Amino acid sequence: MSIKINTPITRQMAENLKAGDIVEISGIIYTARDAAHKRMLEEYEKSGELPFDIKNQTIYFAGPSPAKPGEPIGSVGPTTSYRMDSYSPKTIELGLTAMIGKGSRNEEVVEAMKKYKAVYIGAIGGAGALLSSHIKKCDVIAYPDLGAEAVHRLEVYNFPGIVIIDSYGNNLYETEVLKYKEI
Amino acid sequence: MREINVKEITDSVKKLCVESNCILNDDIYSVLKKSVETEVSEIGKDILEKIVKNADLAKEKMKPICQDTGMAVIFIEIGQEVHISGGNLTAAINEGVKQGYSEGFLRKSVVEDPLIRVNTNDNTPAIIHYDITDGDRIKITVAPKGFGSENMSRLYMLKPSQGENGVKEAVIKTVTLAGSNPCPPMVVGVGIGGNFEHSAYLAKKALLRPIGNYSDKPHIKALEKELFEKVNKTGIGPQGLGGKTTVMGLNIETFATHIAGLPVAVNISCHVTRHREIIL
Repeated sequence: MSIKINTPITRQMAENLKAGDIVEISGIIYTARDAAHKRMLEEYEKSGELPFDIKNQTIYFAGPSPAKPGEPIGSVGPTTSYRMDSYSPKTIELGLTAMIGKGSRNEEVVEAMKKYKAVYIGAIGGAGALLSSHIKKCDVIAYPDLGAEAVHRLEVYNFPGIVIIDSYGNNLYETEVLKYKEI
Repeated sequence: MREINVKEITDSVKKLCVESNCILNDDIYSVLKKSVETEVSEIGKDILEKIVKNADLAKEKMKPICQDTGMAVIFIEIGQEVHISGGNLTAAINEGVKQGYSEGFLRKSVVEDPLIRVNTNDNTPAIIHYDITDGDRIKITVAPKGFGSENMSRLYMLKPSQGENGVKEAVIKTVTLAGSNPCPPMVVGVGIGGNFEHSAYLAKKALLRPIGNYSDKPHIKALEKELFEKVNKTGIGPQGLGGKTTVMGLNIETFATHIAGLPVAVNISCHVTRHREIIL
């Protein structure tokens, strides 16, 4: 059974999610990859502002392919999250409560998640066509010059994921792989 | 001498770029379908089912299977009896990539300078490998490659004394380190021999061989089988969330090498390993 979540995700909601929970997310989420993170945090250093109010928000590490006529968005699966590891502790500190991506995260990110109560949710990497069918609306809200790497505001509906690292530091990649490891 | 106009090359490259990104090859597709039945992890099974569904949807809608439609890697084998007319061959290939990525609604993922990092907005330039062969034909293979898996690839300059065991360790280590990052279940291309850059080329080329087709060389075929079994015992599983389906195919290509060296390159690829070819 999957847990339905409506964004924004409060710290309390994040704290209630546990590694292994199957979730379906509805509401507004934002895309950002490395280039957008770099620019957002550089601008924050100067102006104290981000392109969107990050409190209780969800960032999806993703850059869509172009939309075909009549469709809100092209294919859009997650990109590999470790490239955002140097930025995520700061975004979490600023109020981010959920990240959607794929692949491992480093110690600093997990520590920030534990300290400020945030979750890391995995979406299926390489399933961009399927995941795009859960997106109703897509608008570029910052850095259009970055193309696919711009910050997109997405309206998602029952977007499927699985909690990989929870706010207690439990990590599904570690626990599940050990069950099947024979070498 | 047979003449082939560059226009024909541009059109072919364009078509192959779109098709390879939207239609998963039969070899990969059938292994994915089969693994839904054989995977023992419940989470893994569910992921594999969704991956198959994703491939079906992409084909039906002619939408990219994965949003990372990659950097276009082109292998072109040119028969020496062919004369290419009407323009520059490299420019014609890049024009095909440009048209394919634009008209096929594929993502433009190439930056012009690795440090300044401004998108070229047309996915060019492509990486092109030229080869001269016998005959009067041209074979073009388009193999778009995403970087989630490309970033997990490694090259090792082993000592000859490390031999076959060293090769095995290198492959298992690379797959284990890649873990959940390259969108497993993976396809692994291994290049052994040659020199520094040629081993990497061989590893890439190994990814073009349909999975399940083993090397013609008996000792390499045995190594492919043994390594395939071993990497599937790492427990990584679909998306790195545990299971037996970690690697769907493992192909090895070899070449002569120097008396002092044993280069081994491991090119990791994802469950959306793409390549499509045409013979003109």
